Amino acid sequence: MIKLVWLVPLLPLIGFLIIGLFGKKLSKGLVSIIGCGSILAAFAISLGIFFELIGQAEKSITIDLFSWISAGKLSIPFSFLIDPLSSLFLLIITGIGFLIHLYSTGYMSHDEGFSRFFAYLNLFIFFMLLLVLGSNYLIMFVGWEGVGLCSYLLIGFWFKNTAYNNAAKKAFVMNRIGDLGFLLGIILIYVTFGSIGYHDVFLIAKNFTSGNPALTAITLLLFVGAIGKSAQLPLYTWLPDAMAGPTPVSALIHAATMVTAGIYMIARSNILFTLAPLSMEIVAIVGVCTALFAATIGLAQNDIKKVLAYSTVSQLGFMFLALGVGAYTGAVFHVMTHAFFKALLFLGAGSVIHAMSGAQDIREMGGLKKYLPITQITFLLGTLAIVGFPGFSGFFSKDEILANAFEHNKLLWFFGILAAAMTTFYMFRLYFLTFTGNFRGTKHQLDHLHESPKSMTIPLMVLAGLSVVGGLVGIPAVLGGTHFLEEFLKPVFEDSSFRLIHHLSHETEYILMGVAVAVMAIALYYAHKIYVKNKTLPVAEGEELQPLHKLVYKKYFVDELYDNMITQPLNFISNALHKVVDNQLVDGIVNGIGTSVNWTSSKIRLVQTGNIGFYIFVMVISIVLILFTSMM
Amino acid sequence: MSAIQTVPLNWYLLLSTVLFTIGVLGVLFRRNAIIIFMSIELMLNAVNLLLVAFSSYLSDAKGQVFVFFIMAVAAAEVAVGLAILMMVYRNTKSSDINILNKLKW
Amino acid sequence: MITTYLFYFLSFLAIMFALMVVFSKNPVHSVLYLVLTFFTIAGHYVLLNAQFLAAVHIIVYAGAIMVLFLFVIMLLNLNKETEPHKSVWLKASAAVASGLLLVVLVGSLKSAETIVATNAFDPNIGLIENLGKVLFSEFLLPFEVSSVLLLVAMVGAVMLGKRSIK
Repeated sequence: MIKLVWLVPLLPLIGFLIIGLFGKKLSKGLVSIIGCGSILAAFAISLGIFFELIGQAEKSITIDLFSWISAGKLSIPFSFLIDPLSSLFLLIITGIGFLIHLYSTGYMSHDEGFSRFFAYLNLFIFFMLLLVLGSNYLIMFVGWEGVGLCSYLLIGFWFKNTAYNNAAKKAFVMNRIGDLGFLLGIILIYVTFGSIGYHDVFLIAKNFTSGNPALTAITLLLFVGAIGKSAQLPLYTWLPDAMAGPTPVSALIHAATMVTAGIYMIARSNILFTLAPLSMEIVAIVGVCTALFAATIGLAQNDIKKVLAYSTVSQLGFMFLALGVGAYTGAVFHVMTHAFFKALLFLGAGSVIHAMSGAQDIREMGGLKKYLPITQITFLLGTLAIVGFPGFSGFFSKDEILANAFEHNKLLWFFGILAAAMTTFYMFRLYFLTFTGNFRGTKHQLDHLHESPKSMTIPLMVLAGLSVVGGLVGIPAVLGGTHFLEEFLKPVFEDSSFRLIHHLSHETEYILMGVAVAVMAIALYYAHKIYVKNKTLPVAEGEELQPLHKLVYKKYFVDELYDNMITQPLNFISNALHKVVDNQLVDGIVNGIGTSVNWTSSKIRLVQTGNIGFYIFVMVISIVLILFTSMM
Repeated sequence: MSAIQTVPLNWYLLLSTVLFTIGVLGVLFRRNAIIIFMSIELMLNAVNLLLVAFSSYLSDAKGQVFVFFIMAVAAAEVAVGLAILMMVYRNTKSSDINILNKLKW
Repeated sequence: MITTYLFYFLSFLAIMFALMVVFSKNPVHSVLYLVLTFFTIAGHYVLLNAQFLAAVHIIVYAGAIMVLFLFVIMLLNLNKETEPHKSVWLKASAAVASGLLLVVLVGSLKSAETIVATNAFDPNIGLIENLGKVLFSEFLLPFEVSSVLLLVAMVGAVMLGKRSIK
């Protein structure tokens, strides 16, 4: 099966080519079959690879496909690396990807860009697989750029809307800032190690001393890339705007897969990061700040998808916190569980939006429990998973992160638990406002309310099941589990394991879990009290808000701050340069040349009298001159 | 007995040059388009003569084959050229080339 | 040496007739002088052992091309001395220019290196058998292409000669 790995990215690519080239001519049914089928086949192969990898002792297999770039001493093969980390990501991408494809066949069924949507989605899966499968940083970079492109195309999928296009541009530009860091990081890796293949780089890096400045620089640059792609402070503002795309896109790209590329990259380069403690600190601090910051914004948002978007930013912050404190397994674990429940929540939100004929404001919803029973139950399960209700998947992964954070630094743990409490509050606020109480929308919307078709509810149910039981692969030892995931991923992270010595006593872990559950329970209680008992509604648009509330509601004015600090000065400088340098200087020179040539030729053309005799005369004289000079 | 064995090649070069120059003189001197055309034929023939002289001198038949091709081109040129002159005369009632001075700025 | 004298005689005639072509007032006379010039050139060809070429030359030039010229001149009724005169200055400058050209050409010929014949002299080179072999083996493609050229020229001449093109 491992030999067939080249098929995994190839199938979505073929799907993309067929749908992209002939999509207009194919029926919707055929497009769905090609789109979903190629991903399903890729998933089947990934599953085979996964089990084969569990079964065998050799855990890191490089599959050489062909020589890609060869120039001088630089030689970059196009090869894939199969190890526990990449095979796990393969499963997440193809598995969730397939479910979301299936969901999209229902969700997008009325859209005129049906085949275009599936073409983009398949292309995205291809690039994402390339990103995780590559055996060197350059292939990862190709995938990295590719998913960025697909993200751009899909955010601006409804390109007739200017705001959506602007959101797409914003995402693209912000990603580029990060990409520059990543690219510089790759160049620095090549300069430092003389290679960009993972195997060679990590082999050399092992012998570096901890805190080597070159490693610190490399890891910081790589982290800049991760900040852009995974929407961390200060480059997170594109992700909430990216919700302009169709909901399946938000679920697949902006929750489950693409935004976790940064985590994958750092987890992949774990040796470099482990040997750069300063970078690790920065990663952890940025992560916890993002988690807390985004969570506070999430408290006051009224758009169902915006809440989930800020929640995603916050959860990504958790993952970076895990990476920063050296809990690589915890981060990957959370990537996995987050992929399950966040995809579920987004798809559930999509189902709600579908039923609400496109409305996304939770102030207009309420009481949807009656009309959308399956969506309601699965959404509730997803909410329980994300808030870390004991036994659900989010509980185990979040607990592992918080335990590791506690061990590393108590302050990080405190902020983490605070963010977790806020997560509980805003997620239940979202749930209560959407599904309980009375319907607050228009009459027309009420008549139209309906449960979504099978193609949409089946993915919801599958994801709900995964959200509930997904944590079972990582039950910590303290609860009597074996933590299968940690064992599985050990070969990838074993070089960094000297930092991961678990010395928390079981009592401490029990206390930490207890505190986490208690905090969650308190937040849940308050959410219930405010939004169910007192039936408080978020303030309607236009009413005056309390200053603090307003600050959070307006997302701390970060967009406005960026606008004033960066965009406007840049625009001003560009305008000034345009007016002075371009219009006056450059245009002056160019036009001046044109004018002078024009004037000169208007004089010289008078020589052309039209008299043939004169022409011949000049010709003969010229021949004489040429012969004469050649004689000399 | 061939002339090339008794007359030096240079004489033929000189003869060709003189004929060619007379052709040039005709082109510059006259205004009648047909005479100019005839002068051009004269120049072509000067070159032909030179080719044959070299061919004989070097005992290489290729020079004479070239003359054939030049004759073919000259025949084509005369046919088209005279047709153009006919048209010009028909339109202007003159064969003076100085009438044809429209080709200017 | 009779060939040498013949060469001088024919060269003298050629140059004289060529000058007459240029300086005749009557275009018909010019054409006739040009025919004579071509005869002298054909004579040179014979002297150079290019007998076949001499025959072709007379047929094509004197027989076909010059008759065409004569035809056109008579058709256009140009046999009168209708040509407007150029100014003296222009004539002088034309004479000076061509004189200069002659001087420069002769000068450059003087300074040119003389080539030496490597092959032994072959009097049969200009015979039709020899030429035919070269023409239909080495130069077969150009030969065929030239036939296309003549066809195109013919079509072009007919098109141009039509009185009006609808």
